[in-house]
Amino acid sequence: MWKMCQRNLPVQSMRIEHQMDELDRAIVNFLQGGFPICDHPFAKVAAQLHSTEQEIISRVDQLLKRGILSRFGPMYHAERMGGSLSLAAMKIPDSDFERVAGILNAIPEVAHNYARDHALSMWFVLATETPREHAAALEKIEQETGYPVYDMPKIREYFVGLRFAV
Amino acid sequence: MTPEAPLDEIDRRIVLATQPGLPLEPQPYHAVARQVGIPAEEVMARMRRMLETGVIRRIGVVPNHYALGYKANGMTVWDVPDEKVDELGEQVGALEFVSHCYHRPRHLPDWPYNFFAMVHGHDRGEVEELVRRIAGLIGDADRGHEILYSTRILKKTGLRIGG
Repeated sequence: MWKMCQRNLPVQSMRIEHQMDELDRAIVNFLQGGFPICDHPFAKVAAQLHSTEQEIISRVDQLLKRGILSRFGPMYHAERMGGSLSLAAMKIPDSDFERVAGILNAIPEVAHNYARDHALSMWFVLATETPREHAAALEKIEQETGYPVYDMPKIREYFVGLRFAV
Repeated sequence: MTPEAPLDEIDRRIVLATQPGLPLEPQPYHAVARQVGIPAEEVMARMRRMLETGVIRRIGVVPNHYALGYKANGMTVWDVPDEKVDELGEQVGALEFVSHCYHRPRHLPDWPYNFFAMVHGHDRGEVEELVRRIAGLIGDADRGHEILYSTRILKKTGLRIGG
């Protein structure tokens, strides 16, 4: 089954991109494009970045520890592993916002929840294993909060990924 | 690309071993192989297959965009004709500053938007400039759009399959 893991919230540090040297930048830019699958993948990356295997390993480790990278590894496609992800929104008045946010926080199927500056003010991602669980989670949210949910499951995905040049 | 690529038990063990991240050592796939209890060649062959079928989107680093200074996160939503959404989706999704791009259902009358593109900028001014570029690309098919900025993260978890 699906479960969630709490992740550290984004680091709000000042201009951390200015604290990166040329090799850090090259690693961040190059490795967004694809880490090789082979016996010595770091050595292969090192050869392309004119560095050494040990240096690349140590830099990736440091970039993760400094919070410049949030992850290193394979990015799995939830739906292709059998799961279902859906975006949904609700119109929540300011006076009731904290109560409803608390309800959604306690529901394990709610993976992400964001406040946005719009009449539809609360936007969340539901992660479930089956369409049936999806429908049940929506019903539970509507009952517990008392607000209708605008369910917006994707009809088609054109692109998912982050491509930040630093 | 197959729409459904069910995982067998060994694939599942590889997913469990690698979803927290790849080990930072010279032979990371060998380390995964020791953990899963199969030869490294098989781990690599199975991960290559998962890449081909799209179970793995890609292998690499995910930058923390807040740490990199991209603090304005604008969900841009557009009302475009349904018959044009796929063509526009391919074009807008190819823009390097768009991180997520989807066709989603409208909820008329209060939600006319059927096309979503997430745009990241250092500040709202930069996001608005990028949105003008998207609007230029969409042209006459743009029947209305809005930018919804996130004002607070209420909950954020990583997705994991359980063991």
